[in-house]
Amino acid sequence: MEFSLKNEQQQLLSKMATNDGHGENSPYFDGWKAYDSDPYHPTRNPNGVIQMGLAENQLCFDLIEEWVLNNPEASICTAEGANKFMEVAIYQDYHGLPEFRNAVAGFMEKVRGERVKFDPNRIVMSGGATGAHETLAFCLADPEDAFLVPTPYYPGFDRDLRWRTGIQLLPIVCHSSNDFKVTKESMEAAYQKAQEANIRVKGFLLNNPSNPLGTVLDRETLIDIVTFINDKNIHLICDEIYSATVFSQPEFISISEIIEHDVQCNRDLVHLVYSLSKDLGFPGFRVGILYSYNDAVVSCARKMSSFGLVSTQTQHLIASMLSDETFTDKIISTSSERLAARHGLFTRGLAQVGIGTLKSSAGLYFWMDLRRLLRESTFEAEMELWRIIIHEVKLNVSPGLSFHCSEPGWFRVCFANMDDESVRVALRRIHKFVLVQGKATEPTTPKSRCGSSKLQLSLSFRRLDERVMGSHMMSPHSPMASPLVRAT
Amino acid sequence: MGVEFEQQPSVELSKVAVSDTHGEDSPYFAGWKAYDEDPYDESRNPSGVIQMGLAENQVSFDLLEEYLEKHSEAASFGNKISSFRENALFQDYHGLQSFRKAMASFMEQIRGGRAKFDPDRVVITAGATAANELVTFILANPGDALLVPTPYYPGFDRDLRWRTGVNIVPVHCDSSNNFQITIQALEAAYADAVSKNIKVRGVLITNPSNPLGATIQRSVLEDILDFVISKNIHLVSDEIYSGSAFFSGEFVSIAEVLEARNYQDSERVHIVYSLSKDLGLPGFRVGTIYSYNDKVVTTARRMSSFTLISSQTQQLLASMLSDKDFTEKYIRINRERLKNRYHMIIDGLRNRGIECLEGNAGLFCWMNLSPLLKERKKESELALWKSILYEVKLNISPGSSCHCSEPGWFRVCFANMTERTLEIALQRIHDFMEIKKENDVQQQ
Repeated sequence: MEFSLKNEQQQLLSKMATNDGHGENSPYFDGWKAYDSDPYHPTRNPNGVIQMGLAENQLCFDLIEEWVLNNPEASICTAEGANKFMEVAIYQDYHGLPEFRNAVAGFMEKVRGERVKFDPNRIVMSGGATGAHETLAFCLADPEDAFLVPTPYYPGFDRDLRWRTGIQLLPIVCHSSNDFKVTKESMEAAYQKAQEANIRVKGFLLNNPSNPLGTVLDRETLIDIVTFINDKNIHLICDEIYSATVFSQPEFISISEIIEHDVQCNRDLVHLVYSLSKDLGFPGFRVGILYSYNDAVVSCARKMSSFGLVSTQTQHLIASMLSDETFTDKIISTSSERLAARHGLFTRGLAQVGIGTLKSSAGLYFWMDLRRLLRESTFEAEMELWRIIIHEVKLNVSPGLSFHCSEPGWFRVCFANMDDESVRVALRRIHKFVLVQGKATEPTTPKSRCGSSKLQLSLSFRRLDERVMGSHMMSPHSPMASPLVRAT
Repeated sequence: MGVEFEQQPSVELSKVAVSDTHGEDSPYFAGWKAYDEDPYDESRNPSGVIQMGLAENQVSFDLLEEYLEKHSEAASFGNKISSFRENALFQDYHGLQSFRKAMASFMEQIRGGRAKFDPDRVVITAGATAANELVTFILANPGDALLVPTPYYPGFDRDLRWRTGVNIVPVHCDSSNNFQITIQALEAAYADAVSKNIKVRGVLITNPSNPLGATIQRSVLEDILDFVISKNIHLVSDEIYSGSAFFSGEFVSIAEVLEARNYQDSERVHIVYSLSKDLGLPGFRVGTIYSYNDKVVTTARRMSSFTLISSQTQQLLASMLSDKDFTEKYIRINRERLKNRYHMIIDGLRNRGIECLEGNAGLFCWMNLSPLLKERKKESELALWKSILYEVKLNISPGSSCHCSEPGWFRVCFANMTERTLEIALQRIHDFMEIKKENDVQQQ
């Protein structure tokens, strides 16, 4: 069925429908298109583009699938679970199944080492973290108001927080000189700038652990942030979606711990966003969680959750799964081990050719430093390099520009959405590219950033493979997921 | 449903947050509260409030359960365990193709094959609630309006207006012609908006109608379509009750009207659907927007990121709805049972001297209690409603909460309970009417 779209019809849609707020016209999506049209497969398309722009966690599905097989009653479609079908299917209360809220609260506590407690009655559902962010923006700010957000940040925020709400995101610029940490000065500067432009700041958006950096915020910085928002009487939205992807030191400290133990604060200002899309690898299930210490926000967000509730079929499954503490203990620790192994594999492999990465202890990606490969220190040069990486090296990595990074040359590289073979292939391609560029340098230790030595070394690919072989063996399936058209 | 009553916020929230456009302060929800506090239960609380304000379909669950029993492996992850991973990772906002195909096919079956649906025009949303809000965001700017015929589903006040900032301008319908939508009423509403300097962006109809429980006649649909064409505005047809029409042939979808016109002017038409009513699965949050406008499809799809259907649920329903033997059987039996339920309540009410609008669809009937009103005023209607709620212990919905311009009408749901409970409800009404008769006699 083809229906021609006349120009005048276009004018019949809202401004929101016809503007760019959906964010899909950014160059960021060129990488997706390249992958979609030529996706890597070990046998069918070994020269295809390897997807390293998708922050997905595929490392623990063996454990999850085992659990699902052993717990048929968690599904209301199996013989064991079918007696719950009707009860679950007609339950549409926006509070959510009590067992679901209890299980999620318990899981969040476990992820934080039981250092804080979460009240199940403050748990509000949303259409993924995407929905939670938008809901908070609707609750806390009016159109034209602004949230401050440290750069670099997840590109999806531009759409999630701004598109339908009309609010603005103002950057708190962070620099590599201090490992992109948020400082008191940078927060103040951003706030002042807003004041001068007559923009009303209503909130501060934080992502901890950080996407794209993979770093966790230290206690001092967190205290500074809480103090800052308290002084300015603005809201703090803390997205802790990667809280269970921490794989090494330093450990993750949740904002909930800071306000509980470290600093006095008006709790009505503090709100958490969470989801199971990253920690457990369930993005398809749309389990978004909004947790607020503010009663009025809980109440309002809950009403708004009618626009994005979690399917009760899924609530039922998750309630079952997350209340199995033997399972959750196992998956949290195993995921951590496997992420550490994967992360180490890549960062050491890159260090071998003198490519540095920001030291990180969390996330499903790392922040790669390709500054010395830039023709010049500009974003045009970054885009050029990126296009080469996509079209010649055949890796879809994400350019720092799309994360609003203030310095050109940084790239986010995802590592948890593929099997071991793909990892080997990706590293081989990077090595080859760097060699061909004539830019190989003396191997650096994994922890430091790239050196400036121009020594040429001949690298043995066999040596590299030996290192890679020792890594954890995963299922042989390559990620051949259908084309994904969302920024994650 | 468990409504919330909030405290005053100590730190400033947004205007949207503090407005009451969420609609939960209306009397409609007071009935919910009364039910929540004292819910009827055949054995544990036989004198509790019977919930007749909830348009839920519980008459055909046995058919769903029977299907699951026979197909538990196909429906669950069972023997195809590797598909769990694939499914859990699938977050593409296009939705599972198998699900969209099954949905399109189901919608065709409901319409007896009289209209075709293209799976690539199916946009998924978490319920019709989300679909209606999303479509409004796309078709109208804040301050603009949609024309909505009265009486209408109270949830529209929230869904179409709350976060969108869009207005509803009512198209008044009354009992003189069985509440049918007329061109005069549409024109009057349009003129009303113009006089207030409000830009009208579209007409939103519910067909079959909630709360009337009746399908819109073909000739009226043609008139509405001509109207929106003449004004160069959109038409949204919420067909959430399409599978609940008692006779397949009596429901005419806007899709059929478009097909007969060779899809001329179809870019202004959008259909909302959901499985919450026809299949009785409100918890699963399965809604769709079907648009004949490419740009609307693309934009709606992008916006659906905020409200996608769980891939787990898409998988289950893709299986279920692509089983055409099952769906054919389900649609047929479900219609039959709803029809019988409807007759049971209509006859039962008529025997007690109460008339209803002649209905042919939906999970409720539109009851006329205007003869019982002291005065033909909203206040009298609400007073009557309160006494029915607290004395007769039935939670029914007053017409005023549906923005009905004529006082005295009530929506009474009949499909969310057993037959036995319905009999008890009818008995209570019988007793109530007897007492009223005695009182009236005494007063004379």
